[in-house]
Amino acid sequence: MAEEVVLLDFWPSPFGMRSRIALAEKGIKYEHKEEDLRNKSALLLQMNPVHKKIPVLIHNGKPVCESLIQVQYIDEVWHDKAPLLPSDPYQKATARFWADYVDKKIRSFSFSFFIYELGGRVWKTKGEEQATAKKELIETLKLLEKELGDKPYFGGESLGYVDVAFIPFYSWFYALEKCGNFSIEAECPKLIAWAKRCMQKESVAKSLPDQQKVYDFILEMKKHFGNE
Amino acid sequence: MADEDVVLLDFWPSPFGMRVRIALAEKEIKYEYKEEDLRNKSDLLRKMNPIHKKIPVLIHNGKPVCESLVQVQYIDEIWPHKSPLLPTDPYQRAIARFWGDFVEKKIYGLESGKVWTTKGEEQEAAKKEFIECLKLLEGELGNKAYFGGENLGYVDVVLVPFYSWFYAYEKCGNFSIETECPKLIAWAKRCMEKDSVSKSLPDQDKIYDYVFHLKKVFGIE
Repeated sequence: MAEEVVLLDFWPSPFGMRSRIALAEKGIKYEHKEEDLRNKSALLLQMNPVHKKIPVLIHNGKPVCESLIQVQYIDEVWHDKAPLLPSDPYQKATARFWADYVDKKIRSFSFSFFIYELGGRVWKTKGEEQATAKKELIETLKLLEKELGDKPYFGGESLGYVDVAFIPFYSWFYALEKCGNFSIEAECPKLIAWAKRCMQKESVAKSLPDQQKVYDFILEMKKHFGNE
Repeated sequence: MADEDVVLLDFWPSPFGMRVRIALAEKEIKYEYKEEDLRNKSDLLRKMNPIHKKIPVLIHNGKPVCESLVQVQYIDEIWPHKSPLLPTDPYQRAIARFWGDFVEKKIYGLESGKVWTTKGEEQEAAKKEFIECLKLLEGELGNKAYFGGENLGYVDVVLVPFYSWFYAYEKCGNFSIETECPKLIAWAKRCMEKDSVSKSLPDQDKIYDYVFHLKKVFGIE
């Protein structure tokens, strides 16, 4: 059966990266359409009328919105290859909990910054606020490190749902470190080791933009919005 | 199968807790309900949800599951034979999850709380956005009896607890949700005809008293 898969995306979006990785893991060919978020396409507005956001996965003409929902959908439709969620309901619940944790905690630390609002606490704010934001970010990352434990991936022996949910943010680490003047590797070496292990996989390496490119993008945004 | 040991750590006005109560009732699962005092959280709660320290926490045979949407899906997967909440088709499941996520972000989010925590222009803006979101949900419901079709489904379970808070919202915001969204209220009343829902939601007056008390405690006018 001929599958038609389109992904409306924006290259620095960690949410878009999740779907890119999931599709790559499953070996699915798809058409990648880059959106200009200041000038959204008619297709995007039609396919995601509620939120008007990327990424949007369009499968045989039907849209699926919200990145974690897309990853689960991809996992369920193409269930024969590279399963991302465990089959055991309790393991599944644990994976969903940690993906939700990533969304709640990491998102609030400025990753949503570039998409719609300028709320990036690490690079926007100065002094005490920035110190607090950094501290909270490191605490969050350490908790994730603890959950990873000795496993090569959050999914165990192979890439799983939580890995896919979280690894895109690695492409933003360099930008965060430069703007916040700190080293994530110094604080969370195991997590960086995990990230580099993920990056050895083609599905991840080809889905994440270069960290320098992301940093340049952030600098552009800061200039544009008049941030120091 | 050996007796299942199911415990729910909860707090009576929590719409998140209500979701889980409804799901367990739909599946006819017997469980122990433990009311938490959120100003004095139990050791059990802290141990079972060390990350967020929040209710509800579902403890199944000693193992905790946290976050209400995760819990509802877990309950649906563990007890699949009775009252399935999510559809079997992957695309329908994605649609259900999308609207569950929409309800979570828009109806249960910080912005909607402004309907009862603020006044003046801020409150008017919050009311407007709140009604717009409810209307979008009305659109999604369409002519179906429930969001799940002929039977209660995932989106119904995720949204209907909020109905117990509508009266408090209306009193604080001085508006009528039924006037704006009659189809949605008709849907809510239809859900309330089901035991699993009516026994899981507290009385709207009780919620209003609770909100009134919260406003006093937090010094909100």
